[in-house]
Amino acid sequence: MADRHPLFKPLIFVGGLIFGFGLGFSHMARPEVVLNFLQFDDLGLPFVMFGAAIVSGVAFALLPRIRDAAPLTGTPYERRLKPFDRNVLVGGAVFGVGWGLSGICPGAAYASLGVGNITILWALAGMFLGAYAQGYWRSRSEARDAAAAGAD
Amino acid sequence: MVADPVLLQAVAELFPNGVSRYAVGGLLVGLGTVVIYVGTGIPAGASTFLESTLSYVSGQSRFQRYVGSRDWRLVFTAGIVLGALAFAATVQSGAVTTSLYEPGSTGQLYEVAGVTLWTTDVQPWRLFSGGILVGIGTRIGKGCTSGHGVCGVGSASKTSIVGVLTFLTVAIGTAQVVAALGVSP
Repeated sequence: MADRHPLFKPLIFVGGLIFGFGLGFSHMARPEVVLNFLQFDDLGLPFVMFGAAIVSGVAFALLPRIRDAAPLTGTPYERRLKPFDRNVLVGGAVFGVGWGLSGICPGAAYASLGVGNITILWALAGMFLGAYAQGYWRSRSEARDAAAAGAD
Repeated sequence: MVADPVLLQAVAELFPNGVSRYAVGGLLVGLGTVVIYVGTGIPAGASTFLESTLSYVSGQSRFQRYVGSRDWRLVFTAGIVLGALAFAATVQSGAVTTSLYEPGSTGQLYEVAGVTLWTTDVQPWRLFSGGILVGIGTRIGKGCTSGHGVCGVGSASKTSIVGVLTFLTVAIGTAQVVAALGVSP
């Protein structure tokens, strides 16, 4: 995007830095700590996700009342709302098995690499492979649906 | 009223590392999300990066829809990695100390050029096979811990709340079964 504001990427970068520092500080970047929560050995982890959700929730609720659109993009301030369908349950369940097996989720995996966890490259390789597999399959089925619709 | 020491002891056992490192970390994760949202209006999630980055190497239509955002998603992820490295170089290394940080005893610490780094003891097969399912599930399920968990829940989105309850419940069940089977770490 050539016409983006010059501060667009620097701001994204700064947001990412704070986000990653927080994941490191919270120890959510450590699979052991996530697994200790899921096994009920240390119940502190929900403070990370819900703490973050409260902070973002305040911003998502207040900003649309203060101004209409974001200064760097002109994008209107809107909440993150996605349509509900069966995929949310199926995908959520598959993600849950993966998270419970490995103790790592995407953002935490990037941060885990940053705190020095070279071994997490196994999880990142797996995530790319899994994302590729579902994208390959969905691209195929979309093309098949389009071809079927065209034949009618 | 005097607090019951037995009750306090029970609560302390549920939180062996306290809650401050979790809460402070969560506030920072939220702050990072808000910084991006205030400037750009984008509620950024972490897992779309997987597909948007695949669009550089694959022409599949599913990935091509993310071509427009793939550059800034790379920047976001680079920020996450370097932010975590900044944490390692300061707090994890002990150069910055705070009573809010509980170092714990998981995994292995090692040192490179004066920076204390950390690596996991969790077995590679768990990380790899779990990672595959995370890659499939987050993309089919429309979001991960940050997209659904932070931005979606922060938006009071019913879809995201159902998504979070689904993956949280299934993850707890999975981790308990894996632990019961004697797999550790």
